[in-house]
Amino acid sequence: MDILVYGTVNSVTFALIALGFTLVYGVSRIPNFAHGSIYVLVGFLTYSFINDLTLNYPLAVFISLIIASIIGLIIYRFILIRLRGLPASEIIASFAVGLIILEGLRLQGIGGFKGFIGPFYMLPNFIEGKVCILGVFVNYQRLIIIGAGLAMIVGMSIFTHYTKLGLSLRAIAQDEHAAMMLGVNSDRTAMISMSIGSALAGLAAVTILPLGNITPEMGYHVLIYALAICIIGGLGSWWGAVFASFLLGFSMKLSTALFGAMWESVVLVGTIIFILLVKPSGLLGKQKEFEERV
Amino acid sequence: MEQGPLLKVENLSKAFGGVQAVLNVSFALKKGDILGIIGPNGSGKTTLANLTTGFVKPDRGTVRFKARDITGAPPHKIANLGLTRTFQVMRPYHSLSAYKNLIVPLNSPRVRQTRGGKLGDTDAVAIDILEEIGFERDARVPYKIAGSLPLGYLKRLELGRCFALNPEVIICDEIFSGLSMSEITSMIPLLERIQMDGVTLVMIEHRLRELFRLADRVIVMNFGQKIAEGIPLEVMEDPEVKKAYLGRERA
Amino acid sequence: MVDETRRKKRLDRSIKVRTEGLYALSSWTEMLYLILPRALLIVGLLTLPLLLDMYWQRVLCAAGIYALLALGFDLLAEYVGLVCLGGAFFIGSGGYISGLLNAHLGWSALFCIPIATLGGAIFSTLVLIPALRLRGIYFAIISFMFPMFARYIIIALSIFGGTEGISALGTLPNVWTEIYLILVVVIIALFAIRRLVNEDIGLILRGIKDNDQAVKASGINITSYKIKAVFIASLLGSFGGAYLSHLYGWLGISLFAMDFSILPIAASVMGGMGTLAGPVLGAFALTPLSEALRGFGQLRVVIYCFILIGFIVYKPEGLLNYFQRKYHQFELWETV
Repeated sequence: MDILVYGTVNSVTFALIALGFTLVYGVSRIPNFAHGSIYVLVGFLTYSFINDLTLNYPLAVFISLIIASIIGLIIYRFILIRLRGLPASEIIASFAVGLIILEGLRLQGIGGFKGFIGPFYMLPNFIEGKVCILGVFVNYQRLIIIGAGLAMIVGMSIFTHYTKLGLSLRAIAQDEHAAMMLGVNSDRTAMISMSIGSALAGLAAVTILPLGNITPEMGYHVLIYALAICIIGGLGSWWGAVFASFLLGFSMKLSTALFGAMWESVVLVGTIIFILLVKPSGLLGKQKEFEERV
Repeated sequence: MEQGPLLKVENLSKAFGGVQAVLNVSFALKKGDILGIIGPNGSGKTTLANLTTGFVKPDRGTVRFKARDITGAPPHKIANLGLTRTFQVMRPYHSLSAYKNLIVPLNSPRVRQTRGGKLGDTDAVAIDILEEIGFERDARVPYKIAGSLPLGYLKRLELGRCFALNPEVIICDEIFSGLSMSEITSMIPLLERIQMDGVTLVMIEHRLRELFRLADRVIVMNFGQKIAEGIPLEVMEDPEVKKAYLGRERA
Repeated sequence: MVDETRRKKRLDRSIKVRTEGLYALSSWTEMLYLILPRALLIVGLLTLPLLLDMYWQRVLCAAGIYALLALGFDLLAEYVGLVCLGGAFFIGSGGYISGLLNAHLGWSALFCIPIATLGGAIFSTLVLIPALRLRGIYFAIISFMFPMFARYIIIALSIFGGTEGISALGTLPNVWTEIYLILVVVIIALFAIRRLVNEDIGLILRGIKDNDQAVKASGINITSYKIKAVFIASLLGSFGGAYLSHLYGWLGISLFAMDFSILPIAASVMGGMGTLAGPVLGAFALTPLSEALRGFGQLRVVIYCFILIGFIVYKPEGLLNYFQRKYHQFELWETV
């Protein structure tokens, strides 16, 4: 039971982390290596808004998410737009932006900025307390994570299937040139996808972070997990990412229960190598065998 | 000495998602043939080439080359057996000069075997091939970056790259498309020369008039299926073929 | 303001044209023109340690390691089309193998380094092979993840000294061996790889980068060539790692640190991707800079990230290409 409940929480956590990355990659083929940094940044922003500016919690969350999406927009508009079609440069540049954000958070003494160092930063839970499910005590925050995750999955599929903007995102994802001929602005949609992706990273941050301390190092972990999930599920595949999150979430919980917590990362690496050997393009990924267009 | 067919394709099928790109296509190729494959756009000609040369794995069916089953083998193995292809979209190594483009195939295991254990000097062989494909007329061309060459040269370079492999069969995917009339007329003797050297050609084409000058036999495809096969001009009299090309009313 | 009536025209210097053929050997000036940049690099690198004090000599050693990584990165990225974000993985595998051999079997450092170079390269190549079958950014992402995973696993299982690492490893005999070992290796590696990319194997690798399908159609197994290229790059990195663990007499999870992945990339981009010499020079310029900024703590990472972004967005050709152009060509304005 323990495994079932906490495995689900774990899986949805992974899904929350990975979906923003998948969305951006799926739509605009941009590997957004600044994903983890935006996640951490939103955590710290919300913390500062609550504690330094004494805003109330929902408002602080809302403003941080807006800022996250603006940052995503800026990264695309001023940096990545010049590097389209050069995957190497896209990765390097977005990762450099991520490093600037993460290491910048640790800077001390510039303009009276104290730097976020040490494990003293925590976001409050939305609702305190816990509840007993299937004989396991789960606090409300974990239930909120599950709720937010499911809402995000459902919300995004409605968005991409039934709204004009969402449809144009999918059109770009499927065939950039054809979509451009039909009047979809490729740069604009890429920009929007970056900002939505960043906002999703922020959303993941505000729901997940109340469970623990915020540290800049988390940015790297989040990025690594997001990448791992996307590789296992198939890069750019929405359902692949969801599926991979559940696979990883449960297998890691299971390995903890069976062999102890230290084997978690071994299971993670093992799964990735296994998937790459068996089905290199990921569970639901489509690597075109052969592409030729006139 | 009469032997079995050089290349024998049986019941080849491939679907992409819901689209049946190729369905139950069979054909056989004798040594020295020039086989044309024609058909309207989207009729599965290029997919057929991809399936035969191993770039795409077929769902069903077999490909036998020199009585050897090569279905689903990786492309480089198939090429090393002597079955290679050109691409519809030109794919030169655009950052290398034209003549260095030819060095690449000269390093394949097949060339090392067929041109004698140790390949003396790849440069010398490359120069021979450059002459063969008619690059010798302008001394500067071989040193130009392939990415900057005009289409006519690229097509010939592509053929040269296949020919460097010393192959037995070359599948030419729309080698005439996009070329001017004069470029085509200079291309035809090259193809004939290659055939004289003992290479069997399969030509996927839209330019029927030029193809019919070369081809001994043609296959007509429509909606992924083979609808006719035979001597070029006879095939065009076939009502099915007319229907495919001209539409129902005119047939 | 862009002047519409004029445009810049670049012409090769006559001496450049003259030195392209065989004639280069006929006159001293032309030979000097060809040899000068190379000689400047070699002599410069070899005399530099004599002018520096102990501290900066150490920095020079570290710069040599970064130079090897940058060289490997450049080879993979520009000549094979594989963007390797995991230089730290090469460093780590080389460093750990060498250090463990030294600590547990007591072999001397000079003996451990070559074995670890080979062993580390074989290990990292084997681990990266699954990613080589795919095109696109898969290799980049997977090579990025592996050094992180190596850290996680070493910490979680607390093997190989766990978080603390292993200290008191054997070091190299004296400070001059330390410095000249790495400098000579850098110079040899640089010229060997420059040679390699113009040999047939280099042409095939460049063919794979330009157009892998056509290389397949030419009967060449592209995966085996990619493996060879990754192996060469990881040889360089593993040597760097093995050398590093004996330079400091210590190994630990910081061998898998992000610095080893990101600084070589910054050096390559700054020095000029695809020039091979550029990344090496970039490493020798960036490492001392980052060392000088050590006092600023995390600021140095931020600074070299800004340098990286600046170059990648505004001057993607890099410094060496720029200087090469100045050396070989002159510019003039012509009116349109």
